Amino acid sequence: MQTMNGAQLIIKLLERQSIDKIAGIPGGANLPLYDALCESQTIRHILCRHEQGAGFLAQGIARATGGAGVCFATSGPGATNILTAIADAYLDSIPVVCITGQVPASLIGTDAFQEVDTYGMTIPITKHNYLVRKAEDLLHIIPRAFELALSGRPGPVLIDVPKDVQVAEVSFEKWPTPGSRQEQPPADMERLRAAADMINRAKRPVLCLGGGIIHAGASEEAKGLIERGSIPATMTLMGLGSLPADHYLSMGMLGMHAARSTNIALQDCDLFIAAGARFDDRATGKIVEFCPEANVIHMDIDPAEVSKLKAAHIGLVGDVKQTLGKLIPLITPNEREIWRNQIEVLQETYPMTSPEATVPDKPYGLILKVAELLDEDGFVATDVGKHQMWTAQVFPFNRPRQLLTSGGLGTMGFGLPAAIGASLAYPDKTVVLFTGDGSLQMNIQELATAVEQDLNVKIIVMNNNSLGLVRQQQNLFYQKQIFASDFQIDIDFAAIAKGFGMKAYNAEPGCDLDQLFEKVLGQPGPCLINIPIAKEEEVYPMVPPGASNSEMLGGCNAEQCK
Amino acid sequence: MRNSANNTIKAQGKDMTVLELTVNNHPGVMSHICNLFSRRAYNVEGIVCIPIGKGETSRMWLQVNEEVKLEQIIKQVKKQEDVLEVERHDSGHEVFLRLASVV
Ligand SMILES: Cc1ncc(C[n+]2csc(CCOP(=O)(O)OP(=O)(O)O)c2C)c(N)n1
Repeated sequence: MQTMNGAQLIIKLLERQSIDKIAGIPGGANLPLYDALCESQTIRHILCRHEQGAGFLAQGIARATGGAGVCFATSGPGATNILTAIADAYLDSIPVVCITGQVPASLIGTDAFQEVDTYGMTIPITKHNYLVRKAEDLLHIIPRAFELALSGRPGPVLIDVPKDVQVAEVSFEKWPTPGSRQEQPPADMERLRAAADMINRAKRPVLCLGGGIIHAGASEEAKGLIERGSIPATMTLMGLGSLPADHYLSMGMLGMHAARSTNIALQDCDLFIAAGARFDDRATGKIVEFCPEANVIHMDIDPAEVSKLKAAHIGLVGDVKQTLGKLIPLITPNEREIWRNQIEVLQETYPMTSPEATVPDKPYGLILKVAELLDEDGFVATDVGKHQMWTAQVFPFNRPRQLLTSGGLGTMGFGLPAAIGASLAYPDKTVVLFTGDGSLQMNIQELATAVEQDLNVKIIVMNNNSLGLVRQQQNLFYQKQIFASDFQIDIDFAAIAKGFGMKAYNAEPGCDLDQLFEKVLGQPGPCLINIPIAKEEEVYPMVPPGASNSEMLGGCNAEQCK
Repeated sequence: MRNSANNTIKAQGKDMTVLELTVNNHPGVMSHICNLFSRRAYNVEGIVCIPIGKGETSRMWLQVNEEVKLEQIIKQVKKQEDVLEVERHDSGHEVFLRLASVV
């Protein structure tokens, strides 16, 4: 017979889940939990400086490893602060288990100090959530929360625990089995045959790899299908890394900031195969005009995604790794020379970059330089804005989970804490963060966490002293009326980083950036480099929001496109 | 407000699809279902919910005024952790007809 209080039970159950890191901030309503955590021999607590940072740090761990990330927050403001990170995890299907403190059950509903309806507020942004009513319920809730977060389409689960439940005594006979990812079967054979038949008959197929490929660990199978059928492949932002960028059949990212050649090819394909991708509007543009000629095969583990936005001719519901594995032998090898040639010509006509754009102090140039210097097994995190899209466009991602970026929610402030999380998960690897001066300011307090934990996080601030991507939209779509997107003061980010105790450099215009990158990437520990970028540098091509992907603006040789 | 006679009949449930759910009975389950419908902009015209058996589960009837989105709605409802079963009644359900006689 085991006897302990609810808080101790939670910590023990987390240990049994093999959780070894928890990010969070304590407060009145979760102090019993912290008191119990203090006793743990195996769990290390990462004290963040804002609960949103803790949520993103847990996400960083989850995104880099594929396992569940865990974060703690207190009731009221702690809970509301962490919501953005939870919503972000929901939209990108990231397994996070968030445990919040709540006022004692007897005070719920009385507008008690630091009481908010965390349960009610998190219904629409979690895969599932719990308000724990009895301490013994934790025995099934905690393992089930992990099982839910990790199984099927992953996602965040929130557990709200009133303070009296944390201190209540529980006695029980037997420990529950830890919750784990439940395997799902592949799509059924009859549909697989139909899909193979459709692929074999297609003259101009394209395979689109989404984040689901990465969640399912299906990149080898995806490559198998691509190579066997010579099927050109594109990736969503969340799918980047699932096929190496330099693969001969890779067309890079699709959508709003895709290479012109990729979007043009998609408009012309006769079969669009989505694998673990959900037809997000940033990827498809105006959906009714997306791949207008094409049949659609949609593979997804979540049945609700199939035909949600675009009717699928064949839906393959099931584990995408197994589905692809079963599909490959049914595919007739086919060189598809005409189609591949057509795409190659497009790629030559509309390259993503130009020699002028890849000099080291231009956005593409500096990203490519960092890529050259970063170890094969390093990670890249981004924030949200132009710097994110430039990175997605040209960084040669070559393995799943290498990129950590906020796709669905597009949350500025994601980058720094997520990079810290990845670095905690892999302390021997280097994590580079490409951020903007706007985004960095949204969770800049986490510089303290990076220093305190002494991690190999290299922060590259692409500083255009503006909310660049917003400014670009005003420039293009609001008659150049630039309003509220230019900052009026110059911030010395290097001085700020130094104030937190971090090594930092200001790259003066004309300085030797290559040398600076080499130095920074060669030394251990956290570091920040501030690099001025001209405000006028825009991300192209760009599909105007709401327009068809065929209506791209700008980019190399845009004038040749009629 | 419904004015036309046709709509009044519809509201009484004669030919509006009714989804009959068996759900875990706990205080949050109604919020989960109602939130799903409002968040995804699905029209629900009527809801009835009562505990069944020993009170561990509840039965819920949702009168759904959606044709195009119906398949999508059912998939989303089935995904809910607390939903144990979903049954679809395309020609309505007598629960609503009987209720209509008392309101
Ligand atoms: C939390 C949040 N608020 C607002 C936005 C809208 N937004 C998108 S990009 C952007 C500007 C980003 O600026 P910065 O981080 O400096 O990157 P840049 O575009 O200049 O590279 C803004 C305000 C957002 N994505 N997230």
